[in-house]
Amino acid sequence: MTVQTAESAPSAAHAGTGTAAAGSVMAHALKDAFVTGLIALGLFGPLIGFQTIIIDGALGLGYRPGLLAIIVGIIFAGRLLLNLTVWSPNRQVKARSGPTVFDRAGVVIGPVVKPALFGFAVLFPAIAIYGMGGLTESRYLIDLGILILTYVMLGWGLNIVVGLAGLLDLGYVAFYAVGAYTYALLATSAPVNDFFAGLLGETFWANWAFWICLPIAGLFSGLWGMILGFPVLRLRGDYLAIVTLAFGEIIRLVLINWVDFTGGGAGVASIPRATFFGIPFSAGEDGFAALFGLEFNPMHRIIFLYFVILALALITAFATVRLRKLPVGRAWEALREDEIACRSLGINTTNTKLTAFATGAMFGGFAGCFFAVRAGFVSPESFTFDVSAMILAIVVLGGMGSQIGVAVAAAVMMGGMEMLRNLGFLKQVFGNDFDPSLYRMLIFGFAMVAIMVWKPRGLVSTRDPTIFLKERKAVSGSLVKEGHG
Amino acid sequence: MATSPEKWDVDPILSVEHLFMRFGGLIAVNDLSFKVGRGDITALIGPNGAGKTTVFNCITGFYKPSEGRLVLAHGRAPTDDEVVEVTRIGERSLAVEGAGVFLLERLPDYRVSGEAKVARTFQNIRLFTGMTVLENLMVAQHNALMAASGFSIKGLLGLPGWTSAQRAATEKAKYWLDKVNLTDRADDPAGDLPYGAQRRLEIARAMCSEPILLCLDEPAAGLNPRESLELNALLRSIRAEHGTSILLIEHDMSVVMEISDHVVVLDYGTKIADGTPAAVKNDPRVIAAYLGVDEEAVEKVEAEIHQIETQAGASS
Amino acid sequence: MEIFVQQLINGLTLGSIYGLIAIGYTMVFGIIGMVNFAHGDVFMVATFISLICFLLLTTVLGLTSIFVALFIVLIAAMFFTSLLSWAIERVAYRPLRGSFRLAPMISAIGMSILLANFVQVSQGPRNKPVPPMITDVIVLMDSGSYQVTLAWKQVIIMVITSLLLAGFWYLVQKTSLGRAQRACEQDRKMAALLGINVDHTISLTFVIGAALAAVAGVMYLMYYGVANFADGFVPGVKAFTAAVLGGIGSLPGAVLGGLLIGLIETFWSAYFSIEYKDVAAFSILAITLIFMPQGLLGRPEVEKV
Repeated sequence: MTVQTAESAPSAAHAGTGTAAAGSVMAHALKDAFVTGLIALGLFGPLIGFQTIIIDGALGLGYRPGLLAIIVGIIFAGRLLLNLTVWSPNRQVKARSGPTVFDRAGVVIGPVVKPALFGFAVLFPAIAIYGMGGLTESRYLIDLGILILTYVMLGWGLNIVVGLAGLLDLGYVAFYAVGAYTYALLATSAPVNDFFAGLLGETFWANWAFWICLPIAGLFSGLWGMILGFPVLRLRGDYLAIVTLAFGEIIRLVLINWVDFTGGGAGVASIPRATFFGIPFSAGEDGFAALFGLEFNPMHRIIFLYFVILALALITAFATVRLRKLPVGRAWEALREDEIACRSLGINTTNTKLTAFATGAMFGGFAGCFFAVRAGFVSPESFTFDVSAMILAIVVLGGMGSQIGVAVAAAVMMGGMEMLRNLGFLKQVFGNDFDPSLYRMLIFGFAMVAIMVWKPRGLVSTRDPTIFLKERKAVSGSLVKEGHG
Repeated sequence: MATSPEKWDVDPILSVEHLFMRFGGLIAVNDLSFKVGRGDITALIGPNGAGKTTVFNCITGFYKPSEGRLVLAHGRAPTDDEVVEVTRIGERSLAVEGAGVFLLERLPDYRVSGEAKVARTFQNIRLFTGMTVLENLMVAQHNALMAASGFSIKGLLGLPGWTSAQRAATEKAKYWLDKVNLTDRADDPAGDLPYGAQRRLEIARAMCSEPILLCLDEPAAGLNPRESLELNALLRSIRAEHGTSILLIEHDMSVVMEISDHVVVLDYGTKIADGTPAAVKNDPRVIAAYLGVDEEAVEKVEAEIHQIETQAGASS
Repeated sequence: MEIFVQQLINGLTLGSIYGLIAIGYTMVFGIIGMVNFAHGDVFMVATFISLICFLLLTTVLGLTSIFVALFIVLIAAMFFTSLLSWAIERVAYRPLRGSFRLAPMISAIGMSILLANFVQVSQGPRNKPVPPMITDVIVLMDSGSYQVTLAWKQVIIMVITSLLLAGFWYLVQKTSLGRAQRACEQDRKMAALLGINVDHTISLTFVIGAALAAVAGVMYLMYYGVANFADGFVPGVKAFTAAVLGGIGSLPGAVLGGLLIGLIETFWSAYFSIEYKDVAAFSILAITLIFMPQGLLGRPEVEKV
């Protein structure tokens, strides 16, 4: 809304003329804040001032004038304050040019950040255990770590599609779902179990299912990426986004309705747990703890899962970094920059797009397989459009194409969402009816809008060249294009 | 008038035959036929809106012509029988001994560049602005590098075959950077270059894909006189050192008359003149098209010329 | 036969609602080339605003004439929904105009999530049923076992939709606002140079789209008698499908697409399977975009080289 100040700002000469000018500034600020307050009243009046309540089966109205007054008051006061300070016409705005603080920080501390983050990620379970004072107590933190790393991996996977190739995919969750269901259905399948039971022993499939299904899930998702990608990749821009969204929703609806095959809305339960390369994390004699001479603790499995997802995420990162320096990766980026020029240079753009789509889908499939083994349960509920939106928000917030940016964005977003779950003290402020977790998605939506308005290009907007002759220079974000597809 | 047959008729690298391009009711190119000689610099000129860029887009596969045949010859000019043969069997291309024939109108755009080896530049420059100058030249070698990287598998594993191919590609890029005087800017983003340098980079990038025919869409547009001279020198050296034939659209007559061996003039989608620069320059129809004389005046001039010629013939 | 006629009537009613929402998508896409993801949720908010207005008028103020109530609800819903859409454009889209292409899209997705969850938090997650408003029906056919009926509310929906479309058509085709809109569609910079207030025109586009969505919201509430915070996304996608099917950017196309989608959905539910009706809508969306991206009445896009 900064436009308003530009329209109404008195000229610079005005600012110097003392009290008269100050008075008019104040009057103007008040008037503007009053108008804003009125608009806020119109916006929030119906939905906050009134509440539809069902009493004895009939719908009635409740009233919340106090809450409405507070909200409108806050907006009025906030606008007034901003008008007098940040948006004040007397304020000298420093013209900034060149890279932003974040970009410069990225260049300076860039080389340090990667090893530091890597070290932290590896040592995280130890830190959590030490900090929380015990294995069992660290469970919450390590679970959170697993969640964040899952989204880091999903972010990196989608980054290949959106960040590098410039193809806007709003249905990425479909591949996550395909990976998860591939593992869930294969691992719980009786015929497969019987087949291996006859061949390699009763417990073989239960113990090895995850490790065998992990590559299968990835490849299968990649295959689905090809199948879905083939028809849609001729489309450009927002159309591609919409079609991928439609495919994502179709897959979810099929998962819900094809009850015989997928278990429908109830999902698939009792999926075999992860094993330490065939050794189950059980309390029995053949279990991990007994074989390694440790006291049994269910946390062993959680910590192991943490390292599995860390390894998977690092493989994703490594593959992406490597692919960027290969012709296929350069073609992805060239495609994002100018598709027609690519075709004039003999690049088969359809195949190039398909490889990007399938590669991204494959990593989504790995992450899905991991999700299924960690939760031990999958249902269509976990694969809604919100998840796609969340992953896309992570990629865009991180700065498209930047690995570190995406990792930081995933940590901030998922960590932030999780923190909202734990704001129990707010109950003391707002009363017991107040449930902070209800506000998670509300705040998430608000954050998405706010971040876009604040930093449309994300945290790290510079691009790192893949090859150089003399000196590696970061490419300014303003030159990098975002693709047409 | 009739002298020995022109070079482009004897050994054409590209024959455009009865090309038509219609957009809805509009006929942008109307029964156009001309030949581009091997090793020649051929200029396609004409007033604005004459259909030059449309012809380019047909040749490079971005448009599918409504009608017509575009025969590109690798190695030597194909015999008529060979062209008839490839047209009849419905293939896109045919390899005959020591030569290859491509029917460009049957190839999708990326194969025109990748297989038939026709590279092009664009009227409004299309560089990968967010990538560095060097990266632009690496992307141009995509197909060769893709094979060398074992379709990414060798490359992912970092096998030696790939690293040496990458080094060779970098050397080639360096060679072209030297040619177009951009070595100092190799690590800068292409979008940061000044206009003239961007034009040169686009030519270098096209050359990195090792074309046998280079199509340039107004390469001198927006260049100052000094840069135009440099462009002339660059195009001449491309032809001399690499044997690449060049087809260019140009408005700058100093470039056209200076460097081209053969000029084709278009107006309203039809060919109005075809010949050496000197011949074309004096063609009354060309003068009329450029100066905007109306049709009747041209017909009158033509009739007069005809009359004079017949009189001259009668009197001798 | 009777079932067919009944489904035809039901489909046209549903299609009118989709068509009204689709116009909002098509106009915004036409003028700023952006899929306004939040539009479906703006429609959902409109159903809640009309629900609250309706309750206020009937149960609190004791208004007995349902037609007067409906009329007031319509005006109020149009006003408040337009204000909301205007504010959304101002806060979430305008600062991003001309920036990174993905940014407005992400912002719109965020706004959609924000609206849905705002309504969930402020009004609660449960379905909100209203007592049936107009229950009279006209019996068109009676074969003994099956009656084909045309409900008065269906008549109202179709009549109001047609009237609004006629008025709206006049607005866009014959007034200076419509001309400014079409000019901005073609070339925003040039339009600004010729003295058209582009910001103003775009704002008005959002306002008009929202007003029509508000009408759709009132109709939806009257027809189904229920409001829920989650009922923005799917109707939104279906209306978007309608806009695409009719040819995005084309106003008659949006209406035609809306009617088609409404018919397909009701017939699909009646003759095939009700579980897969959303799959059918999404599939039509995908198939149209892939094989016929210009839609039924849209202009084909020529790739510029």
